[in-house]
Amino acid sequence: MDRHTVYSIITNFMQTREEELKGLGADFTFGFIQVMDGEKDPRNLLVAFRIVHDLISRDYSLGPFVEELFEVTSCYFPIDFTPPPNDPHGIQREDLILSLRAVLASTPRFAEFLLPLLIEKVDSEILSAKLDSLQTLNACCAVYGQKELKDFLPSLWASIRREVFQTASERVEADGLAALHSLTACLSRSVLRADAEDFLDSFLSNILQDCRHHLCEPDMKLVWPSAKLLQAAAGASARACDHITSNVLPLLLEQFHKHSQSNQRRTILEMILGFLKLHQKWSYEDKDERPLNGFKDQLCSLVFMALTDPSTQLQLVGIRTLAVLGAQPDLLSSGDLELAVGHLYRLSFLEEDSQSCRVAALEASGALAALYPVAFSSHLVPKLAEELRRGELDLTRGDEPTKCSRRLRCLQALSAASAHPSIVKETLPLLLQHLCQMNKGNMVAGTSEVIAVCQSLQQVAEKCQRDRESCWYFHQTALPCLLALAVQASMPEKEHSVLRKVLLEDEVLAAMVSVIGTATTHLSPDLAAQSVARIVPLFLDGNISFLPENSFPCRFQPFQDGSSGQRRLVALLMAFVCSLPRNVEIPQLNQLMRELVELSCCPSCPSSSTAAAKCFAGLLNKLPSGQQLDGFLQLAVDRVEAGLSPGPCRSQAFTLLLWVTKALVLRYHPLSSCLTDRLMGLLSDPELGPAAADGFSLLMSDCTDVLTRAGHAEVRIMFRQRFFTDNVPALVQGFHAASQDVKPNYLKGLSHVLNRLPKPVLLPELPTLLSLLLEALSCSDCVVQLSTLSCLQPLLLEAPQVMSLHVDTLVTKFLNLSSSPSMAVRIAALQCMHALTRLPTPVLLPYKPQVIRALAKPLDDKKRLVRKEAVSARGEWFLLGSPGS
Amino acid sequence: MVGGGGGGGVGSGLLENANPLIYERSGERPVTAGEEDEQVPDSIDAREIFDLIRSINDPEHPLTLEELNVVEQVRVQVSDPESTVAVAFTPTIPHCSMATLIGLSIKVKLLRSLPQRFKMDVHITPGTHASEHAVNKQLADKERVAAALENTHLLEVVNQCLSARS
Repeated sequence: MDRHTVYSIITNFMQTREEELKGLGADFTFGFIQVMDGEKDPRNLLVAFRIVHDLISRDYSLGPFVEELFEVTSCYFPIDFTPPPNDPHGIQREDLILSLRAVLASTPRFAEFLLPLLIEKVDSEILSAKLDSLQTLNACCAVYGQKELKDFLPSLWASIRREVFQTASERVEADGLAALHSLTACLSRSVLRADAEDFLDSFLSNILQDCRHHLCEPDMKLVWPSAKLLQAAAGASARACDHITSNVLPLLLEQFHKHSQSNQRRTILEMILGFLKLHQKWSYEDKDERPLNGFKDQLCSLVFMALTDPSTQLQLVGIRTLAVLGAQPDLLSSGDLELAVGHLYRLSFLEEDSQSCRVAALEASGALAALYPVAFSSHLVPKLAEELRRGELDLTRGDEPTKCSRRLRCLQALSAASAHPSIVKETLPLLLQHLCQMNKGNMVAGTSEVIAVCQSLQQVAEKCQRDRESCWYFHQTALPCLLALAVQASMPEKEHSVLRKVLLEDEVLAAMVSVIGTATTHLSPDLAAQSVARIVPLFLDGNISFLPENSFPCRFQPFQDGSSGQRRLVALLMAFVCSLPRNVEIPQLNQLMRELVELSCCPSCPSSSTAAAKCFAGLLNKLPSGQQLDGFLQLAVDRVEAGLSPGPCRSQAFTLLLWVTKALVLRYHPLSSCLTDRLMGLLSDPELGPAAADGFSLLMSDCTDVLTRAGHAEVRIMFRQRFFTDNVPALVQGFHAASQDVKPNYLKGLSHVLNRLPKPVLLPELPTLLSLLLEALSCSDCVVQLSTLSCLQPLLLEAPQVMSLHVDTLVTKFLNLSSSPSMAVRIAALQCMHALTRLPTPVLLPYKPQVIRALAKPLDDKKRLVRKEAVSARGEWFLLGSPGS
Repeated sequence: MVGGGGGGGVGSGLLENANPLIYERSGERPVTAGEEDEQVPDSIDAREIFDLIRSINDPEHPLTLEELNVVEQVRVQVSDPESTVAVAFTPTIPHCSMATLIGLSIKVKLLRSLPQRFKMDVHITPGTHASEHAVNKQLADKERVAAALENTHLLEVVNQCLSARS
C-alpha cells in the first residue's frame, strides 16, 4: 500500500471518525509522526501538512510528542522545491510554502522550537529563505502572545533591523517591516497582570535606542530605514504609537531647528509627517488624552516655517503635513486655521516654477475646506472674490500676461475650495457673475479666459456630484445662466461684437459642454425631469421663459432658423440630453430626433452637424428596443443612404453613419453589424476611405462627451472584443481583395482595432494576424507604422515565444524604421528594439553584433528623445548573453 | 538580488562605509517643446551625459552614483561640435577600493551610449583619492580597459552596475 493511500485513509477517518481517533490519545499522533517521517513526494507532503494542521487545530492530543511533530514538519523549512518541467501534478513551490506555513504558525506550542529556526534562516544568505522566514514570523504573530516571544525578542529585533538596514531588496525590507509590525501588534495585544513586566515597553525602548540617533543624521543612508522601522512598530497599536511618537516627535522637532538646510529639514519634516499619519488610525475617546495635543503649537509653527521656506520641496512636505494636521479632529484652533488659510491663499498664487506646490496647496485647500467650511468662507472666499474683481478691472483696462495668469490662479483657487455645499453657495455665483461680466462687452476676454472659467465651473460641478442638494443647486443655478449667455451670443446684432462671438467658438462650446454634462449626470430622475421639460422646449420651440435674461432681439430657433450661430448651440442641448439618466422621459422626442437627423445632414456647418449626429446617437443608444427605436433607426439609415450617394453632403452622411454605428455597437444592437459592414465598404471609397479608416478609431475608443458610462449610456463591457471577433476576419479579407491604392485604409482600420483591444484577447489571435502586421510595418503611412509598432511592442513582452519565429523580419524592419523621417516612429521602433531583448536569448545572439552596430547610428540622432530610446535599447542588447545581466 | 550575495563577494557587515551620506536624485529631465519639434536639432549637453551615468549602481550599496554624489552634473564637460566629453567622479572616501571599478563602469556606459565620434575622458576629481594618478592612468589606457572587459568576473560586476534596477 503506498503512502498516498495511507494519508487518504487517515484524512477520511479524521473526517468521519474523529471521536474514535481522539480516543486513541497521543498514540495516534505518534503513529502519524512515524508514517510521515522521511516523506519526499511533494503531492504527499501537501496532504500530510494538511493532516498535521488538522491534528493541531481540531485539538487532537499531542501528548509528549510536540517537539517530534515539529521536527517531522519543520525539517522541510524553508521549502526548496522547483517543479520539474512538464510537471503533470501542477504543484507549485508556493503551494508547499503556504501549507507548511499554516502548520508551523498554527500553534504557540511550537514557538520555542520555531523561533530559533526562523532567526537562523533570516540570517542566511539565501533571499528566498529570508523572505519565507519573515513571512512565517508574521503569520505566527497572529497566534502568539508575550509569553512565547519574550525570550527571543532581542534576537528577532537584531535580525529584522539588520535586514532593513542593509538589504538591497525591497521585498526583504517590506517583509521585515511587516514582521516588526506584527510582532509589535502581538505584544500590544496581550493582557497583563498588574505586576507583570510589560515586554512591549522594553521592546519599543530597544527599537528606539537603535534607531533614534540615525534620525539625527538626515543626510545619511540609515535615516530612512530607521524611520520606517519606527513607523512600522508605531503603526501596530495605539499604545505603541503613543510610546514611539512621544519619544520621537520631540527629538524630530528639535532636529528640525538644529538643521538649517532646506533639504535636511525636508527629510525631518517628511519623517514627522509619517508619524502624524499613523495617528489617524487611532481614535481617542477623551479629547485630553490625544497625544498630539501637547505638540500642536510646535508642529504648527514648524509647518508654517516650512510653508515660507524658499525650497519648493520643503514647502510641498509642509503642505501635506498641514493637511494631515487638519484631518486630526479638534486639533487646530480657529487662529491656526486662519493662519493656514492665509498661507494656502498665498501658495495658490505661486509662480510657474513652483507648479507642484501650487497644485498641492489647492488639494490641501479642498481637503481642509470640506472639514472647516466656516474658516474658508470667512477668510478665503472674500479674498478671492476681491482678487477676481480686481482681475475684471484689469481686463477692462487691457491685458498683461502676468495678470492673466493671476486671474487663472484665482479661478482655480475658487474651484478648489468649493468642497462644501455652503462654500459652493458663495463661489458658484462669483464664477457665474465673472462670466457674465466678461460677456458684458467692455472687457477684452480671450477664448482662453472664458475656457478657464468653464474649467473652474466644471471642477465645482464635480465636487457637487457627491451631494444631491448641491448637485441640484448647481444645475439649477448654472445651466440657465450658461444657456442665457450662449443664446444671447447667438443672436444677430447690428454691431457684431467680437467678444460675444468668443462664446460660440468650438473650444469654448466644448468647455461649456463638459460643464453641462457634469452638472447633469448625477441628477436624480425627478429633478432631471423638471429640467428637461424646460430645456427641450427652449431648443425646439424657442421657449426662453426660464432664462434669467430673456429679452432678445429675435427668436431662438436653432433647428429652423438659418443662422449658424444658433445652430452651433445644439452642442449644449447634446451635453444636457445625452447625460440624463436613462429613465428620464424626453418630451417631444419624435420631433427632436427628426430635427437632429435633418441638421446632421445639413452641409453648411460641420461642427453643428456633427453635434447633431452625436446627440442623435447618444439618445438612440439609451432608448429601449421596440418600435420607436426601429423607427428612428430607419429614419437614420434612409438619410445616410440618400446622403452617401454622390452629392454635396456625403461627408455629413458618413459622420451620421459613424455615430449611429457607434451607438449600436456599444449596446450590441443587432443592426450594428449591418452598419459596420457599410462602414467597411467605404474603406475602398476613393473620397471617404481615409475618413472611414480613422472612423474605426472612434468606434473603438471612449468618448468624453456623449455615449459615456458616466452619462448613463449603455456600454457593454466586452464591446471591443466582440467588435474584433465579428469584424477582423472581414477586414483582413478586404485587405487582400483591395486594390493597391486603398490597401493602407484597411491596414489603418485594422491597426486602430488592434490597438484598442485588451492584450489578453489579442494574444491568441496573433499567429493569424502577425503576417499582416509585419506587412503593415512596410506600409508607408506613418499612422499605420506607429500604430503597428505600438501594437507589436507589448506583444514582444508578452508573447516572446510566438514572436521569436519572426525575429529576422522584426530585426530588419525595426532597424529600418529607426531611421524613419518621423520622430515618433523612430522612437517607437527603438522601443520595439528594446522589447525584442525579451525574446529568448539564444534566438537573439546571432543578431547581437549586427544590432549593436546598427544602433550606433540612432545614438547620434538629432533628437534627444530618440537618442534616449537608442541608449536604453543598445544598453540592453549589450547585456544579452553577457555575464552579470 | 541579495545584497552582495551574488555580486563582488561583498558580504553584509564588510562594507567600507556602511552609512554613507546620500543625496537627492534629480527628477526626470522635463521634455521641452523644442525637444518635441521634429525639425529642431537638440545638441548633446552636460545634462544628457549626466542622465546617462547618474543611474549607474554603486558596486557596494543599493544606491546610484548620483545618490552617493560620486557623479555630479557640474563635473561633466561636453562639446558636441568638437565631439569631446570629460567626466570627473568623486569616490565617497579617499581610500575607496572601488574607484577603478566605478570609473570603468562610467567609461563602459559612455562607450555603449555615445556616438563613436566622441573622444571620452573619465577621471577622478583632483585631490579626492589616494591613488588618483594610478587609477586615471588605468582608465585612460584603451588596451587596459579592453583587457579588463575580457575578464569575465569584471565584466559581470560592470554589467551589474549598468543593469536597470529591478
